[in-house]
Amino acid sequence: MLDKPALDKPALDKPVLKEGQTEAEAAYAAEADDIRRRVRDLLVTHDPASTPALDFLRARFDAGLAWVHYPAGLGGLGLPRHLQAIADAEFAAVGAPENNPRRIGIGLGMAAPTILAFGTPEQQRRWLRPLWTGEEVWCQLFSEPGAGSDLAGLATKAVPDGHGPDSPSWRVTGQKVWTSMAHEARWAILVTRTDPDVPKHAGLSYFVLDMKQPGVEVRALRQITGEAEFNEVFLSDAVIPDSDRLGAVGDGWRVAMTTLMNERVSIGGGSFPREFGMIGLATTTWRDRPELRTPGLHDRLLRLWVDAEVARVAGARLRQQLAAGQPGPEGSAAKVIFARLNQETSALEVELAGGDGLVYDDWTMHRPPASNFFGRGPGFRYLRARGNSIEGGTSEILRNIIAERVLGLPPEIRVDKSVPWKDLPR
Amino acid sequence: MSGPTELPDLLYSQNEEDLRQAVRDLFNERCPSTAVLARIESDETYDVPLWRALAADLGCAGLLVPESLGGAGASYREAATVAEETGRSAAPVPFLGSAVVATTALLAAIGPEPAGADDRKLLTSVAEGATTAALAVPFETAPGGELPVAIRVVGSSAGDEAGARLTGSMPRLADALPADVLLVPADGVPYGLYVADAQAAGVTRSPVVSLDATRRLCDLTLDAVPARRLAAGDAAKAAVSAALSAGAGLLAAEQLGLAQQCLDLTVAYAKERHQFARQIGSFQAIKHRLADLYVAITQARAVSRYAASCLAEGSADTGVAVAMAKAFCGETAVKAAEECVQLHGGIGFTWEHPAHLYLKRAKSGSIAFGTPDRHRAALAGLVDLPGPA
Repeated sequence: MLDKPALDKPALDKPVLKEGQTEAEAAYAAEADDIRRRVRDLLVTHDPASTPALDFLRARFDAGLAWVHYPAGLGGLGLPRHLQAIADAEFAAVGAPENNPRRIGIGLGMAAPTILAFGTPEQQRRWLRPLWTGEEVWCQLFSEPGAGSDLAGLATKAVPDGHGPDSPSWRVTGQKVWTSMAHEARWAILVTRTDPDVPKHAGLSYFVLDMKQPGVEVRALRQITGEAEFNEVFLSDAVIPDSDRLGAVGDGWRVAMTTLMNERVSIGGGSFPREFGMIGLATTTWRDRPELRTPGLHDRLLRLWVDAEVARVAGARLRQQLAAGQPGPEGSAAKVIFARLNQETSALEVELAGGDGLVYDDWTMHRPPASNFFGRGPGFRYLRARGNSIEGGTSEILRNIIAERVLGLPPEIRVDKSVPWKDLPR
Repeated sequence: MSGPTELPDLLYSQNEEDLRQAVRDLFNERCPSTAVLARIESDETYDVPLWRALAADLGCAGLLVPESLGGAGASYREAATVAEETGRSAAPVPFLGSAVVATTALLAAIGPEPAGADDRKLLTSVAEGATTAALAVPFETAPGGELPVAIRVVGSSAGDEAGARLTGSMPRLADALPADVLLVPADGVPYGLYVADAQAAGVTRSPVVSLDATRRLCDLTLDAVPARRLAAGDAAKAAVSAALSAGAGLLAAEQLGLAQQCLDLTVAYAKERHQFARQIGSFQAIKHRLADLYVAITQARAVSRYAASCLAEGSADTGVAVAMAKAFCGETAVKAAEECVQLHGGIGFTWEHPAHLYLKRAKSGSIAFGTPDRHRAALAGLVDLPGPA
């Protein structure tokens, strides 16, 4: 009936039901078994109950079970990334010491992939092990008061120090902002301007900065919540040996893009249950306090429940795509959704609280040990959620990224791309 | 409120991608938007030859039917992939009504391995695409919703399966105009699901001027029409309920395909259309709206896949999954079609441009099998979020 032969052929007569194990599945099973065997071997020599936590974590790193997708010798085994979940589950099952990933998230999620991509072998050996074990905390010195969304316009300058060719080094001066963990960090990843006479993207260089030196001053930066999760960091002739540079001089933008792409990957996270996070706090109040219910809030709650559950399913689908080797651009979409849901759900919570919504738990300045979007009361959550559409790329910038890189729409008309940085208005 | 933490496979298998490509090739060749635009003004708003090609030649009529009965032995996942393509092309074929809704009702009513020769023959014929079937319920009926008691069994005593006659009427049936047989829920002693020949004397199908002309509805009147009972009592009700649930879940997939097509059309236009000596797609006012649409479609795709997987596996979470998918994909499709009209500007408001086909199909589809609001109300019960007293 159809004259196009292509229409005749799909295997519709014999679709699609469960098949036997494929070659890929067999290979996966073999690799999974190998990882489990390595975990068992480690547990034999390092009993988690009696081994000091740091010794255990170092041994786990040295056994290649820290991040299996990293190369051998650098905490990994050169295996696909998704196999890490097998090792993690085995260690969790025996209550093995953890490296407190929330405290060292910037190191794990941003610094480490950049060091892996651009570091010399000596740099990788020096930094990755104490980074992963948590001995050394890392922070990120990218944003500046004058360079937020327009990161490439940053002004912190690094100039070669005149100490001669045998010990080349740099002197760094400027101000960085919105820096989590700077007050505890041993190291920072840092983007600086090394050449103001070329267009802005071409004049940047990327360094690792020793935070424990006189030229580095860290001040708490208080936020609308009243607490200070972040810092501002003032650099005054801070010194960086040239051996702590990542990538070539002038190639800092490309290095920084590697860092930021990994930031969005790390936001993906793991699987979590229905009603996890902000929506669960709202539904708990809804169920516990029937006297607070109104028809309008009911409609909003149900919409948000659907949106949150759909986002959870979409997050699972994103992880399945990554595991199947189909990295998609949905990560940017996930972050836009996450920010909006947190904002709308916490706003509903404050209204649902009725008179209690007029009360805030505590305006005292604190320094929380880590970011916590869901802690404290509804008022805190509402205020903290305003940051979710700003940090890690504003929702507006993310929409530009989606429009240009995913949908292929034309870029903004740019006036700043071919002009030397020093001549740009600011 | 609890649901699975680990979710089923939400990607498309290679078989599903192959099936999608075959269906897309067929529609690209046989129902480009110009053809659909011409057809909605003809007397034959359903494209029966195209349906035969989809149903019989590509085997899509029998996706849900076991191979032993002439079907493909596939599942709702594959059927959802086809539904995405019918949405993408606004294809005027009764795939949803016959291959999904009526087939689900049949399978539920008579079982996947029916003993009766008539039952086997009917199911085989539907699976092979030789017979087109439609469930006689108003298109707006939500899963679990009450059916109007409008068709009654007359001239039949209890237990008399063959000699029943049906009388009454039912408004706004979808995909019934091209149907050969009608599956009719009818009140009587007992309540039952009956099958009647759509060409029989006493059957009147009056076409309705429908908001969505690519899926033209009709009002059904039966006057002492002979019918055979397929299931009685609770089994009949369960069959209708399963059919409505499958219809809602796969209409969500159709809405996803429609939304994606609206986005694709609009992105292409934003790259091609120049105003102020620029592509209009270079304006942030347009880029951000298209980015938001893309974001919504990533979510819609995930929940649509989840609903299809739950239906395929008979998951305990099917009710929640279908309600979420129908609410979310319905609103996403309407938004996408509205944006398609708006961002096309003047041309998007014309009869000659296909944007209105998508808008009408999206809005109509969002009402069919229950509005988003009805599905959210159903969720309130399913996940223990009751309203104010």
